[in-house]
Amino acid sequence: MSVLDTPVAVQRVKSHRVAETFSRARELAIFAVILILFFGTAIKTPGFANITSVQQILTNSSLFILLAIGETLVIVTRNVDLSVGSTLGMSAFLVGEYYTHTYSTSTFHSNGSVIVAFLIGIGVGAFCGALIGLIVTVAKVPSLVVSLAALYIIRGILNLIGTGVQIEPTVIPSSFQKIGYETWAGIPWIFIIPLIAALVIAFAMRSFRSMRELYAIGSNPVAAQLAGVPVGRRVFTSFLLSGSLAGLGGVLFASEFATVNATAGTGYELLVIASCVVGGVAIFGGSGTVIGAGLGAILLQVINQALVVTNVSPFWDSALAGALILVAVSIDRFVSNRASLALRLKQGATRVD
Amino acid sequence: MSTDVPVLDDQELGLAGARTGFGFRSLVRWEGMLGLLFIFDLFYGGFSTSQFFTKDTIFFAGINFGLIAIMALPEMLIITTGEIDLSVAAMLGLACATFGYLFEHHVEVFLAMLITLCVGAIGGALNGFLVTRLGLPSIAVTIGTLTMFRGLAEVILGTNEITNFGGPWTDIGTNTIPGTPFAWAFGIFVVLAVIYGVLLHFTALGRSIFAIGLQQEAAFFSGIRVKRIKFLLYLTSGVVCAFAGILYTYQTNTARYDAASGLELNVIAIVLFGGVSIFGGRGSAVGVFLSVIAVGTFDQILTIKNVSSEDQSIVFGLLLLASVVIPNIPRGYHLVRQRLNSASLSKRANS
Repeated sequence: MSVLDTPVAVQRVKSHRVAETFSRARELAIFAVILILFFGTAIKTPGFANITSVQQILTNSSLFILLAIGETLVIVTRNVDLSVGSTLGMSAFLVGEYYTHTYSTSTFHSNGSVIVAFLIGIGVGAFCGALIGLIVTVAKVPSLVVSLAALYIIRGILNLIGTGVQIEPTVIPSSFQKIGYETWAGIPWIFIIPLIAALVIAFAMRSFRSMRELYAIGSNPVAAQLAGVPVGRRVFTSFLLSGSLAGLGGVLFASEFATVNATAGTGYELLVIASCVVGGVAIFGGSGTVIGAGLGAILLQVINQALVVTNVSPFWDSALAGALILVAVSIDRFVSNRASLALRLKQGATRVD
Repeated sequence: MSTDVPVLDDQELGLAGARTGFGFRSLVRWEGMLGLLFIFDLFYGGFSTSQFFTKDTIFFAGINFGLIAIMALPEMLIITTGEIDLSVAAMLGLACATFGYLFEHHVEVFLAMLITLCVGAIGGALNGFLVTRLGLPSIAVTIGTLTMFRGLAEVILGTNEITNFGGPWTDIGTNTIPGTPFAWAFGIFVVLAVIYGVLLHFTALGRSIFAIGLQQEAAFFSGIRVKRIKFLLYLTSGVVCAFAGILYTYQTNTARYDAASGLELNVIAIVLFGGVSIFGGRGSAVGVFLSVIAVGTFDQILTIKNVSSEDQSIVFGLLLLASVVIPNIPRGYHLVRQRLNSASLSKRANS
């Protein structure tokens, strides 16, 4: 290939810059769509434009944002994690069980601490993620199959221990439930956690070498390996992080709903991937940002909310979300075609393919 | 120094499918294992419950597993071309809702079936158009259409449930094929499986499907109409799933928008468990058939033993995991030995 003849550094900077411009444009575009939808709804239904509905949207989307961040880390490496919904359910359930076991019948409240609950949830998620990551990287089997199997196994184990068990709000201490409904400066706490996670990981994926390598793996796994990227270790880490974030999502699930049973988080996996796709994460890896994925998750919630308050039947929710996904993928395709064309034209003078 | 350069084998270079010799041998072995699993099912079922070898078992296994089995067939072809269709169960739901709606509005049953199948064709064509003509990734497209089809089903029926489907057709849902203990769904599956098996293994189209899955560009340059074939596969997938939707309506005697919700992953899992490679280019109809039979029987045993369907999913997940990990064990062993050898060599060289 003639790629080797051109100065690699120049090429990398150029393609990097083009990719960055487009991804930023993508994030801005989704943000604009969110605003348009929100204010469009507000014009149609006067009572809508207030702080409560914003809080409602942020609260509803917070779990999906967390899962979408983790999923982005995995998808960027050209893998996929279908187990996030089951992992979230497992984590939420075990957090609930923890509070049930520390519940004291004499004082009528649980002696469990919030920090331990978080540690349990994240630990459960990290364990599940690590297991999937190990199988994917050591046995070198496709992640779609492994995580699909994990989806069944984790949910099955959860059913085994949790069928007929319902964690009630009474056993969950109010200090923990407050995370689900209290606000700080008008922002729900339950949204602040994903927000921090998104900002930290977005920064890391822009600036840290190890996280940049995730993009390299997704763009071309073989090339990344030949360039000295520890592919196995990085892919393992992305699964570990995805699992941990799903575990954290489980903790937030327990605090938001305060009732948990064995079906918690069922069917989230495809919604999460949909959020990523809407947010501009390429399904075959190599591009996309966590901010985009998070905005994608919010957009899906805004549509939901807008349909509820306007007189359009809420039954249209899924149909519109589906159409939105298709539109988003089509736009991505169009834009990336244009981008690669532009790139080729720019380099045409110095490079012959 | 030179020993530090990673040795990439075919798998890591993404050429695993190209080693057809090895692939074929391992495939035969995998089908053999599925056959053994089925025999194990029979023994396990026979010894553990007295109700196993009865007509009811065969009938209910067909009812409980028939729809997944039917949807697995078009999915098999699509995965063999290296694509995926996640919208199958949603299409079943949409077909179910459409059929129920038409039935409620007193449309003639035949016409209603025809319209439902047309809806399936349109949905499948939409998938096919987006994947082939716009060149979009099938996993993203079919997640989108999955959401959309399910949504449209919800728009059509809302949370209504339509029941009491009378008429001569109810037999195909609730009775056996006359003279046999088999459910209609199972019979239809077997007929379709034979058709799909012949199509995949004994026709030019089938060879083209394998060729597309192995190396799409090479297939294109050797004159195979890649886009047209993929489009047709998605189209027929839509029709078959719509047909499964009609069958579902008659089996449960209800039409509801969330029919077969979440079954898409079961369908995919069955196909993969049958030895079809998720990367395309490898797989066989016999494998998928045996996978359906073995897993369906096992499910039925667990159902007889009152194990809930949720608990069965552990077993299913483990089987699925085994189906991808076990074929990789010889290669992994080889790789580890190679690494150990080179490590000891470099140690010797250093000392």
